[in-house]
Parts: sequence; structure tokens; C-alpha cells
Amino acid sequence: MTCKCEDIKDCFVIEARMALPNQYFVGRIGSKWIIAMRDKKKLTGLKCDKCNITYVPPREHCNKCGATIADNWVDVGTTGEIVNFTIVNYNDKHLPKKAPYILGQIKLDGADTPLTHIVADVDPADVHVGMKVKAVFAEGPVNTLMQLDHFEPV
Amino acid sequence: MKKHDKNRNVAIIGIGQTTLSSHKEDQNQVEMVNEAVKNALADANMTLDDIDCIVHGNMELFEMQFQPDMWHALDCGSYGKEEFRITTGGTVGATLVCASDSLVASGQYDTVLCLGFEKLQEGNTTGGITNMADPLWFRNLQTGALTSSTANEMIKEFGKERVLRAAMKYRIMIDKHAMLNERAHRRLGLEYDQLENLMETSPQLVGDLRLIHMCSQSDGACAMVLTNEDRVKKGTAKPPVWIRDHETSHRGENMSNLYGAQKPKSTHRDCAEKLFMRNGITNPLEYFDVFEMYDPSAFWGLDWLREFLLLKDDEVLKLMEANEFDLDGKLPVNPSGGVIASNPIGATAMLRPAEAALQIRGDAGGHQIKKEVRHALASGFGGTLWTVMLMLEKELNW
Repeated sequence: MTCKCEDIKDCFVIEARMALPNQYFVGRIGSKWIIAMRDKKKLTGLKCDKCNITYVPPREHCNKCGATIADNWVDVGTTGEIVNFTIVNYNDKHLPKKAPYILGQIKLDGADTPLTHIVADVDPADVHVGMKVKAVFAEGPVNTLMQLDHFEPV
Repeated sequence: MKKHDKNRNVAIIGIGQTTLSSHKEDQNQVEMVNEAVKNALADANMTLDDIDCIVHGNMELFEMQFQPDMWHALDCGSYGKEEFRITTGGTVGATLVCASDSLVASGQYDTVLCLGFEKLQEGNTTGGITNMADPLWFRNLQTGALTSSTANEMIKEFGKERVLRAAMKYRIMIDKHAMLNERAHRRLGLEYDQLENLMETSPQLVGDLRLIHMCSQSDGACAMVLTNEDRVKKGTAKPPVWIRDHETSHRGENMSNLYGAQKPKSTHRDCAEKLFMRNGITNPLEYFDVFEMYDPSAFWGLDWLREFLLLKDDEVLKLMEANEFDLDGKLPVNPSGGVIASNPIGATAMLRPAEAALQIRGDAGGHQIKKEVRHALASGFGGTLWTVMLMLEKELNW
């Protein structure tokens, strides 16, 4: 049995809207990562040699041992494999694309952490774990994560 | 009087800060947080293995980021440990220290790391604060942190010329202190002979509150390691600073429902009276060697000194006029430059006890007070009229 409020006559609801614009600082490391995509069409990561983990997106310090790895840049592949995915089936103005679209977690060749991004040019019915995909970069400067526009099947 | 005994004594044994700046584009949030944590651990000569619990906080809403503690888990050291997240508005930094003190004192944890941070440049703080107001809820007018009501009240009591001069003198004194603290955000190089000029030329914000009087919006983080007396006895890298006691007073913005149009006693005075009475402090001005106060504006700084130190009549103005809050005065106030110089809100109220503790240790660097600091007072402040006070001691002998 559902619980239902029987009498809401004369109970006002005030509509409001909060305007809270924000920004965030990507930081020197995150910015370098985007610049490599923008200027060289390359995907890079930061590697902890001790733990043998390559972080993509890059991390200033190893999340396992805590060592600072900010200068230990390595190139990773622009191809990789879908290790997880979801299909977005609703539309909302904060979403980056019109539904339906695929959000995949892609483990790039040479990386140890998955990168979450849009997978396009594939029917949602056909996407699967283990699917090989490649990065498609944006043409002009975007200077956000969307400098990497999307992934598509190899 | 409520009982406020501790199960065991607690000391600050590690202090870490980032630099404080309006433009930390070079660091994202987790990198900044990690810097403070690493600095605190290095100061304590400890690793995360020595920490039992992380107490994490900032001003919710201000960066428009949901659950920052989850985002920071791998970077602030809370992964695999117990963690509390605390947000009490502007006061949060001080509340983090009080909560950590209580967590260690209770015996629940031996060693706790508390962390406060803010990247104020990333959000819209005044928008967030102002949006909470709705007279229908009896949440009355909020104009962010900008108000001239304190200036008005002081002027009514002591006269315009005297109050405006004292407030600007306070502002210049704070800047002179900030100039000695290389971590401080706003270091303007003000001189006392600019006093009259600044009273005329600084842009007006609200009434007699001018831009120069007001605190900054800063980015920064602060972390501290607290441990118990037994652990301290095994030896610490830096001298321990004991947290003797702390007290919190606050007042909802709907207090007109209780007090009508009468102005109630300030939360600062209420908090100070409770803390001092409990600890047998009859003359705080004599007892304390330094006061790191949360002073969001020059008028508030001046007015609140009166409340915190339980001063009467125009004593606070006389002390200000006689330079008694300078580094070599009777009670140095905010040697670090305080909140007017640097205000990363979630860290701001933690920086007060952190800076007070550095003074006790003799580790404050350029802004170290020359005479020995044995007893330090620190305060936090936030909306709405939320006050926290902490008493720090060099010796465990009270």
C-alpha cells in the first residue's frame, strides 16, 4: 500500500532557482595531460616505477604508496579495451550527449587505471566488455577532457 | 556548568599548511589537500601508518563539489582507515580540531589527522550564503559576510572618527603581521601614514565597511596530527602543544523567536565566559601570550576582541590605540596576518590553532613573537554567529 498525502490543498510550494556558477583549477598536471592530447594527439600517464602502476588520467602522487610521481610521464596507447560500460537512456541538460549513448571505462594500452569516456559509432546493443576501441581527438583546442572527443571501435 | 573533562590529554604533534593564495591554478583540489597532509606528517615525522583516523572538512557547497571526502580518499590518507567528515560552515576548521581532540581524548583513537581545505576561487561563496536567507523560514537577511552593522554599533557607542581610525589601524597592523608570514595570501605593505588616505579611498562595500577592511577569498589547506599523552611520552619530532580545552557557542538565525527585537549576548562573549570560568581564567588579557582570532573584517576583529577578552567600555580601543595587539604588545593578535590576510574558509579556522601552536613551539618563522609563548588562544567563526574557542598550552601543568 502506498502512503499518500490526502490533503495538500492550500499548501504552497515556492519555486526558486539558485545561481551558483563555479569553475575548477585543473592543475599543472591535468593541464599538461590535456595539452599533450591537443598538441600531439597523444595520450599520456604518470607512472609509479616502484608500484609499477601507470595512472591515466595522471595523478601527482601514487595512490598506492604515496610517492610523488609528477615528473614520471609515460606515453600510453591511443587504443584500449572496454572494461566496463553503461548505456545512458535519459536526456538531461547536464549530460554531454543526447540519449541513448554509451559511457565506457577504457583501459588504454599501457595504462593500469580505466578512463571513463563516451563511446560512439557503435550500436548500444553491440557494445561489450573486451571490445577494442581507439581515441578520436577533437580538431580544434577544447582544453578540457573533451579534447579527447570520444572512443570508437577499432 | 557542564562537565568538560577529558579522559586523557591530547597534544598537537604535527602541523602542515600549503601556501595561501587566490590563484592556485597549478594544483587541483586533491593535490592541494595532499600537500597539507604530507607536510603535517613530515612535521610529525610520521607516516599514514601511524594515523588511526582522518577527520575531513570544508565548507559544503563552496566548490559545488559533492562529497569531496570521497574524492580525496586516496589522497588525504583515509583509504583503509576510519574517517569522519564534518562541515560546520566557516567554523569547520576549528570544529575539526575540537572533534579530533575529543576523538583522541575519548580513547577511541590514539592518533588522528584532521584536514581542512578550501578552493574559494572555484565557487560562488557569497551566492551560496545569500541563498540561505528566506524571512518566511525566519532565516533573515544574509548579505554574504558583508555587513556594516558592527561598524554602525561601534560608531554609535564611541564616535565615528575614533572607531574608523581604530579599525583602519587594526587593518594596517594585520597587514604588517602578514608581511612577516611568507605563506600569507594578501601582503600589501601598508604603512600607518596611509591610514587617513585609506579611510577615504578604499572602495565602500556596505556603509562604513570598505574593501580594505574585508578578508580575502583564498585557496589553501591545513592539516594537523593530534595524539594522546602516552604516545607523546614515547617522544615526538617537535615539541607537543597541548589542547587544554575548547568551547563552542552558536546561535540560529531564527533567535528572534526567543529574544524578540532584543539583541542577545554575543556568542563570542558567551563562549569566552564559559571557557574561562571552567578553566579559572579571570583575566584573559594577562593570561594569554598570543591570540589567533578568526577576524573576517577589521571592524569584527576589533569588536570581537572586546567580546573574547571580556573587555569593558572602550578598553579595546585604548589597547588598540596603545599598540598592545602588536607582536611586541601586551597580547599579540594574529601574528600570521589572520583571516583578513588569508581566508581559505575550510582551512581558515584550523589555521588559527595551527598558527597558535606554531607560536608555542617557537616555529612560526618570520612572524614568531619574540617573548616566550606559553598560553595561546585561538578562535573560529562562521555563520550564523558560530564561535569556537581553543586554549593551547606549552606545558601540561594546569
